[in-house]
Amino acid sequence: MRPVLYVLSFLALIALGFWAYRENYATQAALKEVETLQRQIVGLREGLAVQRAEWAYLNRPDRLRQLSAANFDRLGLMPMEPSQFGQAAEVAYPAVTLPEISFTIDIQGTSAPTEEGL
Amino acid sequence: MRTPLRPLARILQARHDGENPDVIERENLRVRHEAMREKSRGRAQFRLLMLCVAFVGAFGTIGARMGLLAATEPSEPRTSAPGAEIIAQRADITDRNGRILATNMTTHALYAHPKVMVDPKGVAAKLAGIFPDLDAGTLERRFTDGRSFVWIRKVLSPEQMQLVHEIGDPGLLFGPRELRLYPNGTLAAHVLGGTSFGAEGVHSAEVIGVAGVEKALDARLRDPAQGGTALALSIDLSLQATVEEVLGAGMSMLNAKGAAAILMDARTGEILALASLPTFDPNDRPSPLVDKDAEAGDSPLFNRAVQGVYELGSTFKIFAAAQAMELGLVGPDTMVDANAPMTWGKHKIKEFEGKNYGPLLSVSDVIAKSSNVGTAHIALMIGPLRQQAFLKALGFFEPTPVELIEAPGARPLIPKKWPEIVTITTSYGHGLSASPMHLAAAYAAIANGGVMIKPTLLKRDGPTSGVRVMTEETAAEAVKMLRRVVTEGTASLGEVPGYEVAGKTGTADKPKATGGYYDDKVINTFASMFPASNPQYVLIVTLDEPLDTTMSEDRRTAGWTSVPVAAEIIRRIAPLMGLRPKLEPAAPVELTAVKN
Repeated sequence: MRPVLYVLSFLALIALGFWAYRENYATQAALKEVETLQRQIVGLREGLAVQRAEWAYLNRPDRLRQLSAANFDRLGLMPMEPSQFGQAAEVAYPAVTLPEISFTIDIQGTSAPTEEGL
Repeated sequence: MRTPLRPLARILQARHDGENPDVIERENLRVRHEAMREKSRGRAQFRLLMLCVAFVGAFGTIGARMGLLAATEPSEPRTSAPGAEIIAQRADITDRNGRILATNMTTHALYAHPKVMVDPKGVAAKLAGIFPDLDAGTLERRFTDGRSFVWIRKVLSPEQMQLVHEIGDPGLLFGPRELRLYPNGTLAAHVLGGTSFGAEGVHSAEVIGVAGVEKALDARLRDPAQGGTALALSIDLSLQATVEEVLGAGMSMLNAKGAAAILMDARTGEILALASLPTFDPNDRPSPLVDKDAEAGDSPLFNRAVQGVYELGSTFKIFAAAQAMELGLVGPDTMVDANAPMTWGKHKIKEFEGKNYGPLLSVSDVIAKSSNVGTAHIALMIGPLRQQAFLKALGFFEPTPVELIEAPGARPLIPKKWPEIVTITTSYGHGLSASPMHLAAAYAAIANGGVMIKPTLLKRDGPTSGVRVMTEETAAEAVKMLRRVVTEGTASLGEVPGYEVAGKTGTADKPKATGGYYDDKVINTFASMFPASNPQYVLIVTLDEPLDTTMSEDRRTAGWTSVPVAAEIIRRIAPLMGLRPKLEPAAPVELTAVKN
């Protein structure tokens, strides 16, 4: 009985050793990957910061003003003015065009249709 | 081999010899006990030794680990989750809508190790070619005089860095640097201030604020815990740009030396725009004036809106009127003595251009016509003590609490003694000097219904509370009076159709450094609020030494200079803030009985 136990525990030891070895290398590989990813993230973040700065620089009010002045004939942009506020009622809605009545329809109603209504 | 206690052979022998056999047994017992004792002592010693080894081993391991930890270079934890690390050493600054006002960029500094340089002379010549401001001779001398370290440039552009790379000398090295960038250039320069490098090392350099918000909130901006969250200011970039544009145009049109404008939300105290001209570029901050004779105001770094402590002139008159109404001394229609000139002791108080609006004028007209004499009489009713207390409550005795490093230094100039003549002059804004920011805060108190709020450059989420300095009724009456100044008084050019501007002009002579006042140098201020029916915003416009030459005669009063500039600013910014122009009710049609 005892020798069997010895053999089994020895085999278990070898198995555990193998497992530990593999885990060790897997962990190191994962750490290395994390490091690479973090370096990438830092790089991308830096890039993002540069892009943001660039965006802010290109959209600075001075430049936009110059651009709108330079392209006035195409865009016709003017500074906002009080007179540009309007009432909702002033909005010109497109005229409603009803399709022509080209077929006979039945008219139902409680009161008799007048001639004008038709 | 165990020895028996009574070995038969020896016992028999002893009996035979007539000796006591018990002696043998005792002797044997003693020997056996001795052997047992010897054995257990050996075992105990061994155990002690093992324990010692265990302790030495344990403490040795701990000690070795500690020594190892202390001796190794610190390294970043490799397994931390991304996002937890500090992204930048200084937080971004944004406007109230999240548009970037200040951010960081990674760049490089250039330094040299002359000892490992291959060709110092050639390197010096090539560097001078890349950087025109460097001198090849000086560089070469510094590379060859035996020192082992030389700083060459604090900041490089990517193109310059590439050119330096192409020199290819192993003695030229780069250190990473974080550069503070203000993408909008001169916009809001006085608010932002600027930064410079603090302690510099090869691997990094501190970025520290040197002025404005950057210095006042340096600790917040450098706090690693808040490195990822941008600091949101109350400034609105579009409004700021518009205010600066219009103010700049007005300044050059009116030949002014300088100008300042403050736009403030009257309810929350948030400063939406703060401009001071001439301005500068915080990316390339000019050095302060070194000339002793130069006035601080001559430098573009001078923030007129906050540091410019001047007599603010007639804009103060509304405070006397408001206080008198608050105390119940007068009402808007009470007639007061306005017979000019007024004599007080040896002093003579005159009106503008020696006019006389008297003999009697209603309080409302005193403000509308800007009568010095009328205001003086109102102030005398109030008395010096109550006047001081009111001005103190409005914040005119302390520096403004706004988040700029320049603000605490801009202490108002208050008369040391307060006799009645000072009460009179202070009531129309002479003798007491304060900054436009003080005026903005005090006018905000009138505009928001009588609550003194703290002006701030930080974005606020909700309404703020403050100390009540006058009742809502008084404040409403004061606003009505200010509205009359625009509709029928000295600020008629300030009318912007639809926005019901209310305000008060102020023209003050500039004091000479040697004492007395200049005849032809004035500070013109227009303190306004809009829309008058429900004031939401306060706008202060100040022009330094303006001169209107568009007409036949030169004009220096605020009504001709700062008022039209302020009106144009309001006309431009009110739509940007989403304020709908309001059609004021037209005057009722008067019917006249006409006979057919």
